[in-house]
Amino acid sequence: MKDASLFAQQFTALHTVRTKAPLFLGILFTATIYAAVCNLYVAEDSVLYVSTYTITLLGKYLCYALLALSVDIVWGYCGILSLGHGAFFALGGYAMGMYLMRQIGDRGVYGNPDLPDFMVFLNWQELPWYWSGFDQFWFAALMVVLVPAVLAFVFGWLAFRSRVAGVYLAIMTQALTYALMLAFFRNEMGFGGNNGLTDFKDLLGYNLLSDNTRVSLFVISAIVLALAYVCSQLIMGSKFGRVIVGIRDAEDRLRFLGYRTDYYKVALFVYSALLAGIAGALYVPQVGIINPGEYSPLNSIEIVIWVAIGGRGTLYGAVIGALLVNYAKTKFTAILPEVWLFALGALFVAVTIFLPNGIVGLFKRTSLNDGHDLGEQP
Amino acid sequence: MVILTLKLQNVLVKISNRNFIFTICFIEASGDYPGASFFSTEYIVLKIFQHSMPVKSPVKYAIMLVLVFLSATNIVESVYAQHDETGVIQAGPGQIVQLGDKLARAKLKNVQTVLVKMEAAGGDAVLALYQAMLSGDLFYVKDASSVSGNAALRRLVIASKTENRTYLLQDAITLDSLGERTKKQIKKVRSNNKLRGYLRSAIARLTLNSEQPEIRKSAVENMLDSLDSKSIPYLEKAREQESESDIIELIDVAIALNVLRTSEDVDLRLQAIETVQQSLRPVVRNSLTQLLEQDEQSAFIEPNAPIRAKAREALDDFQNKLDFYGLLETIFFGLSLGSVLLLVATGLAITFGVMGVINMAHGELIMLGAYTTYVVQLWMPNNIEYSVLVAIPVAFIVSGMVGIAIERGVIRHLQGRPLETLLATFGISLILQQAVRSMFSPLNRQVATPDWMGGSLEFNAVFSITYNRLYILIFALLVFFALQLIMKKTSLGLYVRAVSQNRDMAKAIGIRTEWVDAMTFGLGSGIAGIAGVALSQLTNVGPNLGQAYIIDSFMVVVFGGVGNLWGTLVGGMSLGLVNKFLEPATGAVLANILVLVFIILFIQKRPRGLFPQKGRAAES
Repeated sequence: MKDASLFAQQFTALHTVRTKAPLFLGILFTATIYAAVCNLYVAEDSVLYVSTYTITLLGKYLCYALLALSVDIVWGYCGILSLGHGAFFALGGYAMGMYLMRQIGDRGVYGNPDLPDFMVFLNWQELPWYWSGFDQFWFAALMVVLVPAVLAFVFGWLAFRSRVAGVYLAIMTQALTYALMLAFFRNEMGFGGNNGLTDFKDLLGYNLLSDNTRVSLFVISAIVLALAYVCSQLIMGSKFGRVIVGIRDAEDRLRFLGYRTDYYKVALFVYSALLAGIAGALYVPQVGIINPGEYSPLNSIEIVIWVAIGGRGTLYGAVIGALLVNYAKTKFTAILPEVWLFALGALFVAVTIFLPNGIVGLFKRTSLNDGHDLGEQP
Repeated sequence: MVILTLKLQNVLVKISNRNFIFTICFIEASGDYPGASFFSTEYIVLKIFQHSMPVKSPVKYAIMLVLVFLSATNIVESVYAQHDETGVIQAGPGQIVQLGDKLARAKLKNVQTVLVKMEAAGGDAVLALYQAMLSGDLFYVKDASSVSGNAALRRLVIASKTENRTYLLQDAITLDSLGERTKKQIKKVRSNNKLRGYLRSAIARLTLNSEQPEIRKSAVENMLDSLDSKSIPYLEKAREQESESDIIELIDVAIALNVLRTSEDVDLRLQAIETVQQSLRPVVRNSLTQLLEQDEQSAFIEPNAPIRAKAREALDDFQNKLDFYGLLETIFFGLSLGSVLLLVATGLAITFGVMGVINMAHGELIMLGAYTTYVVQLWMPNNIEYSVLVAIPVAFIVSGMVGIAIERGVIRHLQGRPLETLLATFGISLILQQAVRSMFSPLNRQVATPDWMGGSLEFNAVFSITYNRLYILIFALLVFFALQLIMKKTSLGLYVRAVSQNRDMAKAIGIRTEWVDAMTFGLGSGIAGIAGVALSQLTNVGPNLGQAYIIDSFMVVVFGGVGNLWGTLVGGMSLGLVNKFLEPATGAVLANILVLVFIILFIQKRPRGLFPQKGRAAES
């Protein structure tokens, strides 16, 4: 709904959606439909058959792509390097995970109709207040967007108003996600502690393990990614987007011109956190677990890596980076687990030194951020 | 027979014409084994073989034959025990073995006589034996030849039961391990209540009169914690001979506590409360609390009101002291945590604070320092005592070199792009972690703590601080002030400050900025390495060691104020203190979270930290 209304509002800005959008969407949909059809309607022994494992993997990649997109929006377009986007992703994931947990009902190991297994295990007598409502899907879906958005609003409002920027902001966001990680590791918090939430059974009555549900989730992920892409393109092409890019390149000048740059930044930050939360909510039913490890600062930095490798400030660069790096990660960690961190580390050093515009920058000389150094001078 | 042995030894000397052989034999034989003399004879033979007598010497064989003959017939009695008059060997061990044999054979009514003799002959050496006998763990081996070679001598052993119903034996006198036996192969040395009473007092006497003050002290402490009036006479006696003032104090407390419990005299008891009050031991507190307790009819167990009042007063005083020392302890723990934060952040204060490079590999440089300690200890396994001291400069060089390599190889190319430096150095940190994982192992490595860093400094019964934390606190401050000195008093420090304030101007007046950059980064990295050495003494050394500290160190530097070393000191110490003061109320993890949240909010209010830089350098 939200996307549709935005679409209408920004209709005049449609011309700014550049030629890449149709191409990008075309490729995305072709691939999605191909994979979905080949999984459901092609015989298993056929050459064309796509296994359910691959579908789940692709779905996971699409969630990562959406997450990368959300980081690209703040980093590539506004120069805000967030090393804590994993926190928004995980919050969205936990909101969804709590709904899925409640759906288990009395099918858990302990068979308690109200309490999730880990609470029974910890001898809790009743559901904590913040778990109430999560048995309704609409409430959980609301929380998926609301919780990350509120956190981003509070954090962003405090940080951008006092003009914390650049490196300091990066470290603050890292501290934020680290603090959340420590908090969620505690059993007393009521989010499953170390083990997180897992053992999910079904979503809206559909069995999570069935092929149909998995393909549906995969297709939904693709649709959401496409919507987010188009929506972000529109935003970035609008006047609002122009101001955002202006803030990246010369914030002081915009401020002197009379723009309340902090408002713009907070709004963008909230939008980005919201996308990250949705990505997390789509991710959890597909991988079947959410644990505090998702909050680890390492994860958040990895997201930035995807964006940097793909190419900042282009949106599709972030998506390409996320898909490529994660595909490489899956391959490497299966074949040569020792080499993966070496490869990732080396890739990172190489990309920052030799490819400041990422892989996309190789093919396109005049990208949006050409000729600019992102970030601030010390 | 003794004369015979002596003569034999003289002959030996003359024949071999090598005095030292004899001396070696004699010393080794007398010093090592206080058991049956047979071994000493054997030992001499062995030594003669080992040392340089001509192989074919017929004399050697002759002597051997004689010795073997002598030992086989058990003619050679205790060589040294009887040698007292020569003054070469002190009385004893052999005699105790003999007495032990007697103890194993004695009828129950004669046992005490033997025990008295043993105490007179052995002193401290029979303590373990007595304790074992008291607890019923003293046995002798039925087939004596299986343990000593001397079938006639019953050997006393301390036996402890193992899981599979056998007994693990220990020589009762030397405490050497003698392997396992079944229950049938050993027999218990019997005792009765009277003997146990004697043993108890003998043990108290022995420990109270021990040569070592620590044993005496712990003996008094034990007696104090389980005080009964029978031990008071021994304590009083021990007090007369005692020279250490803290032990005298302890004894006084014990005696006063006894007075408080048993005496009828009100004045004496009041006085006793005053004495007892000096000590902070839990037993004192319990006794004082008991005085104030009421029975079921809510009548006081202690009928005397002044004593109750005094006890209440003493108890309040006690509680105050306890609170006070508790506070001191929290402060020390806070400073200790602060010193760790300071150590890990000091290096970063240079690379991040002064140079403005966001070095995400800082944690891994710390980890390299810790691993250097591990490697140094592998090099010098026999000198663990000094290994840590050696590791400090080595770790500085290793981490410093790696730091310079990072600066030259990567950071130099990213001048003025701090966010990209952040990402590139993060890549380096991944590579370093994986390198360590591949070279050593993903598992934690064991780094030994030298003896001088173990143990703790005890101020009183409730307050003591461990040496390793104390040394690391001192060390952190030393490193900090050394760095201050370098920054303020050396030409390198001057260049560093010049370059960080105005790179172009510094270049214009002839400072080799590239060289200064490399050296500065090397210095900061080297200090990270030193921090790693200290951390290896506190936490596990593993590939993830660095990651645990990277966020903390950034927090400290940002909180203290970038570019300000003093800020790092104050920041580190205050964060440590805040953490430890919060901990009792919230628990460690929540305290950590609260501190993080506090810093996040603090930075919103004062984006440049506690001590912002002033002047032109602060403008950018």
